[in-house]
Amino acid sequence: MAKTFQRPQALFDQPTHYCPGCTHGVIHRLVAETIDELGIRGRTVGIAPVGCAVLAYNYIDCDFQEAAHGRAPAMATGIKRVRPDLMVFTYQGDGDLASIGMGEIIHAANRGEKFTTIFVNNAIYGMTGGQMAPTTMPNQRSSTSPFGRKTEEVGMPIRVAELLSALVTPAYITRQTVIRPKYIQKAKKAILKAFTYQMEKRCFSLVEVVSTCPTNWGMTPPEAIQWTEDVMLPYYPLGDVKTPDAEPKEMPCKAK
Amino acid sequence: MPKVLMKGNEAIAEAAIRAGCLNYFAYPITPQSEVAEYLCWRMPEVNGVFLQGESEVAVAYMIFGAAGAGVRVFTTSSSPGISLMSEGISYLCGAELPAVFVNIMRGGPGLGGILPSQADYLQATKGIGHGDCRLLVMAPASVQEAAEMVMQAFPLAEKYRNPVMILGDGLIGQMMEPVEFPDHLRSEPSNKDSWASNGMDHRKSKTRNLVRSLYLNATLLNDHNMDLRAKYERMKAEEVRYEDYNTDGDYQALIVSYGTMSRVCKTAVNTLKEQGIEVGLIRPQTLFPFPEAAIRQAARKESCRAVLSVEMSMGQMVEDVERSVRGARPVQWYGKCGGEVPTPEEIIEVVTATLASDDSRR
Ligand SMILES: Cc1ncc(C[n+]2csc(CCOP(=O)(O)OP(=O)(O)O)c2C)c(N)n1
Ligand code: SF4
Ligand SMILES: [Mg+2]
Repeated sequence: MAKTFQRPQALFDQPTHYCPGCTHGVIHRLVAETIDELGIRGRTVGIAPVGCAVLAYNYIDCDFQEAAHGRAPAMATGIKRVRPDLMVFTYQGDGDLASIGMGEIIHAANRGEKFTTIFVNNAIYGMTGGQMAPTTMPNQRSSTSPFGRKTEEVGMPIRVAELLSALVTPAYITRQTVIRPKYIQKAKKAILKAFTYQMEKRCFSLVEVVSTCPTNWGMTPPEAIQWTEDVMLPYYPLGDVKTPDAEPKEMPCKAK
Repeated sequence: MPKVLMKGNEAIAEAAIRAGCLNYFAYPITPQSEVAEYLCWRMPEVNGVFLQGESEVAVAYMIFGAAGAGVRVFTTSSSPGISLMSEGISYLCGAELPAVFVNIMRGGPGLGGILPSQADYLQATKGIGHGDCRLLVMAPASVQEAAEMVMQAFPLAEKYRNPVMILGDGLIGQMMEPVEFPDHLRSEPSNKDSWASNGMDHRKSKTRNLVRSLYLNATLLNDHNMDLRAKYERMKAEEVRYEDYNTDGDYQALIVSYGTMSRVCKTAVNTLKEQGIEVGLIRPQTLFPFPEAAIRQAARKESCRAVLSVEMSMGQMVEDVERSVRGARPVQWYGKCGGEVPTPEEIIEVVTATLASDDSRR
């Protein structure tokens, strides 16, 4: 009988260190499938973040660099500028990208750097034990907001996909999730599209993936999935937020 | 190539290209912005990469990414900018990546001033970033030497797989002097395939390379750091460079000084000679590794009664001079740290006063 489902070549056969119900593993697989399908493993460089996915290179089998907290977009810029033939992706959490690394991601996106960012938004700092992130939901409890996120003190959660889409430079920016099978296929298509835009040297591409952290949310995996659907998805709506084709070709703003 | 008259910053820029480094990332800051202003048009001429980053923090990681991808890459900045790069420099040391950082120092702390300074000595030689990391630090005293050191820095960075810093005071960047470059471009060595994340296909390999500095296991981190230590010890054994001046005869005092400051000290030494006072001078060309043995030996000369560290800081290198002399002679500091360069007359006065004081009579 023919095998219809197998481990992608770009994914190591390796026991996971992620918690039960954590979405990092599914997202790793989608990235690995994409690398396989595009046949780019031999020219891909991944950049692992500081966060629970710091060991992403233990799962995804291609060249890797390990970033400092938040700096992956600057490193990806360095690689792409000197080796435009390489395929480069950053894999970043919400603390990494939306807090300490906000400057780097905005400027990389605005320069239109031709790399792909997989942005894993689980509304919390997973690795350091569940502190509040810029993406933490209103009233959501965390170890540094034990009474819930007070928006009058720290503002509303940052919608990274919308924020980056406000930049005038063309880009592909989309928000997806992988909490149920029906979402996974769409997320896969989006990741494939993001890598394809990079391969065509079209634009910067970012896939925000609304994710879970049952451990630090203090929930069982099914509860975490339900909470993501009930609380996060209404605030973080799914779908493409920006596509490169939608941009006006010429802006009437050039200096004489 | 004939000699050309060039500003230090421009000579540094051109020297990097002559050294085969065609990749530059930077953020503007006085007194070294001319490097970027030169390379923004010069790099495209040689099909190189020029990018103005959004901050020195980002630039340090652009350097990391590019170095990790196996190309020659460098940046230039000045004191406050180097502080922002220091996190990245630590990561480069940890991941064992070669790159060249030029610091054209200005006065601090804080915003300080924009005039010349040597106040980042301790930062460069001892405290460049968190963790057990070191830089090989070279200190030019002329535009020609700055250009030469830049060209030597790349192979050294690659030999040790460690960042190298060129530490120049503001004058090195700003002054114009004749400079000569080699005619042809030096090319990049191809020894990077064993570690660079430059793509498996590119290096025709079936195994991937990881560029990383994380070692969660205590034994492995200790081993890694001991390997780094061994490299730094090897630098100490193989890379110490210094110039000695007027040290053949019997001198009564020894001056240790580097960079532009050492040139003023040479003038003082010459004038003192005319007055019948012999003073020796040691000019460290590498600050890490420091010419400890040479200074110790020179200080212990029978005729030598005192050692003076002259620097444009409130007294930083003097700690290394004291460490080198190991109590064999009294060691003093003289310097200014606001942007003024001490004059030969001031140095002459300090030397004369020191020699007249009781301290130096044994
Ligand atoms: C400069 C710096 N500051 C802080 C940390 C500590 N730290 C490690 S991971 C992390 C947060 C990661 O959260 P996120 O990016 O959301 O990733 P997750 O673990 O949730 O996937 C922090 C603050 C660090 N390693 N470096
Ligand atoms: S702590 Fe959260 S993000 Fe980290 S592995 Fe566990 S569930 Fe996933
Ligand atoms: Mg997170």
